[in-house]
Amino acid sequence: MSVLVDENTKVFVQAITGSEGSFHTRQMLEYGTKVVGGSTPGKGGQEFEGLPVFNTVAEGVAATGANASIIFVPAPFAADAVMEAADAGIELVICITENIPVDDMVKAYHYVQARSTRLIGPNCPGIISPGKCKIGIMPGFIHEPGRIGIISRSGTLTYEAVGQLTERGLGQSTAIGIGGDPVIGTRFVDALALFKDDPDTDAVVMIGEIGGTAEEEAAQYIKAHYDKPVIGFIAGRTAPPGRRMGHAGAIISGGKGTAEDKMAAMRDAGIYVCESPAEIGETVAKALS
Amino acid sequence: MKIHEFQGKEILRRYGVAVPEGRVAHTPGEAEQIAEELGGKVVVKAQIHAGGRGKGGGVKVVSSSAEARQAAKAILGMQLVTHQTGPDGQKVKQVLVEKASDIESEFYLGITLDRAQSKLVVMASSEGGVEIEQVAAESPEKILRETVDPAVGLQSFQASRLAFGLGFEGKQVRAAASLIMKLYQAYVGADCSIAEINPLVTTKDGQVLALDAKINFDANGLFRHKDFASLRDLDEEDDLEVEASKFDLNYIKLDGNIGCMVNGAGLAMGTMDIIKLAGGEPANFLDVGGGASAETVENGFKILLSDPNVKAILINIFGGIVRCDRVAEGVIQARKNIDVNVPIVVRLAGTNADIAAKMLEESEMDFAVGHGLKDAAEKAVAAIQ
Repeated sequence: MSVLVDENTKVFVQAITGSEGSFHTRQMLEYGTKVVGGSTPGKGGQEFEGLPVFNTVAEGVAATGANASIIFVPAPFAADAVMEAADAGIELVICITENIPVDDMVKAYHYVQARSTRLIGPNCPGIISPGKCKIGIMPGFIHEPGRIGIISRSGTLTYEAVGQLTERGLGQSTAIGIGGDPVIGTRFVDALALFKDDPDTDAVVMIGEIGGTAEEEAAQYIKAHYDKPVIGFIAGRTAPPGRRMGHAGAIISGGKGTAEDKMAAMRDAGIYVCESPAEIGETVAKALS
Repeated sequence: MKIHEFQGKEILRRYGVAVPEGRVAHTPGEAEQIAEELGGKVVVKAQIHAGGRGKGGGVKVVSSSAEARQAAKAILGMQLVTHQTGPDGQKVKQVLVEKASDIESEFYLGITLDRAQSKLVVMASSEGGVEIEQVAAESPEKILRETVDPAVGLQSFQASRLAFGLGFEGKQVRAAASLIMKLYQAYVGADCSIAEINPLVTTKDGQVLALDAKINFDANGLFRHKDFASLRDLDEEDDLEVEASKFDLNYIKLDGNIGCMVNGAGLAMGTMDIIKLAGGEPANFLDVGGGASAETVENGFKILLSDPNVKAILINIFGGIVRCDRVAEGVIQARKNIDVNVPIVVRLAGTNADIAAKMLEESEMDFAVGHGLKDAAEKAVAAIQ
């Protein structure tokens, strides 16, 4: 089993004919993801890799029955694309685009919240249920089907964790890249709740980083509601305060959002906290034994 | 993106927020002239991006234009040290000369994103002039908050509630509420990430004024404000960081001696952390992004090697869509083109990592290959011992 996406998920690609969109659509098809079509305004009626291209998401949903979408739309128009997908009734929207203005995302976030749509990202690698469905830009081959859930604010650090798990024969149920921005659709708490109810996830790895208080909130939630083992890592112990470390959300401001605070809160909640990013695989193995 | 106080006040003025009359000066003569125009009684304020300027001696209140000249002479050119500048301080190149106000009371007013709610929050406090973090830690009950509904924006009743909450009376309630609404309009209109007025003051003659202004822009919103590009002050940034930004490299200089080059922000931070755990000190954060082509690697080398503290380099790439053999090619090419005189440890994982490792080993160049994250960090640390 898995959460959110599986072999039945019908995927729609927003900005399917762009350079990112077309490249990753091919990659997703190759992985076996059921991509059913895409949109590029003005290119409706064309085909891409044998898939229909529509002018709008609504048309595409009506014609294909898509229930998930992935967004490669450039930053200035990406928040609009998120809202378009929600308006079209897409259940799961994954926004890969980075550098979206915060003000745009605040509006899009609340627009989505008021509808029956879940947003993942933006500024994320996407979501994958190994062997079933990949909606994102992650390298599929490093994953193995299995029983560990992954939630992460970072892209390549997720690959690192996945690589360590796969190397130890520990596969993944679903890996969710929730994104590195200050405003994201699905937070640690939301993703943890999904894995909590998944009978085929035995343990969850959460990879956080400096900035904000999402990890502390997750720790509180875990302390109160969780009985599956959770393994955590926080990137940025050596990051200087007041500097944005690549991700828009990775900043220690006013003494808040330090790795130490997050790790302390996580330990207090009974989470297995890894000191080093190289210890994620072995810590999961230990937690399961 | 950070800007100076005088630039922030210029933005506020555009949105109708009341600020004291004043202009920026680059020489004592200019300062004297401006003070003369403003009637002599002025404040001369050092313009650097860091806060805490008053305590460091960067703000002087004077009562004549001749004194303004003296004050500007003292401040211009000084290395102003504050709690935010680091021990070396920041050189002052310009001062703001502003009409002095007869202050009656001081307040704090700020707007920023509340990440837990994904909404903007307006904060106000009667503890003006004090850092809001300090107020939050010592007397959190003194901070008033109004959360903004993104569908309709900040409402007048919220601004009034803040004004009454701060203890404003009579005509000043309306003036303060109006200023709060205008600050909100400035925040949204200019795509800010912080808009802070500390202190907001009432004067003896009844005005409500923004005496200071801290405005930061959301870098992702800058494409909507082409005119803001001219507000960037490169003197306030690290030279290497400016250089790196020209190559579209995400680089932040640190104090250690192991340079690192990584793809992805999270992994870049994780790499810094593991260097420290291995007993070393990272010299920088460098995210070369998803591309990691020969050109990016070469530019990365140039930046890392421009830092004289760097005694070893750790390259850590987790190839996904990026193929490791391409990255290896880039590393070998860059090594040929640039004179690299420090040990290099390369760790490549993911797509085609095995081919890449072979290429590096056969290149007859002096690379140490890291097998896994831990091994790579330990090798880099060992290389400088």
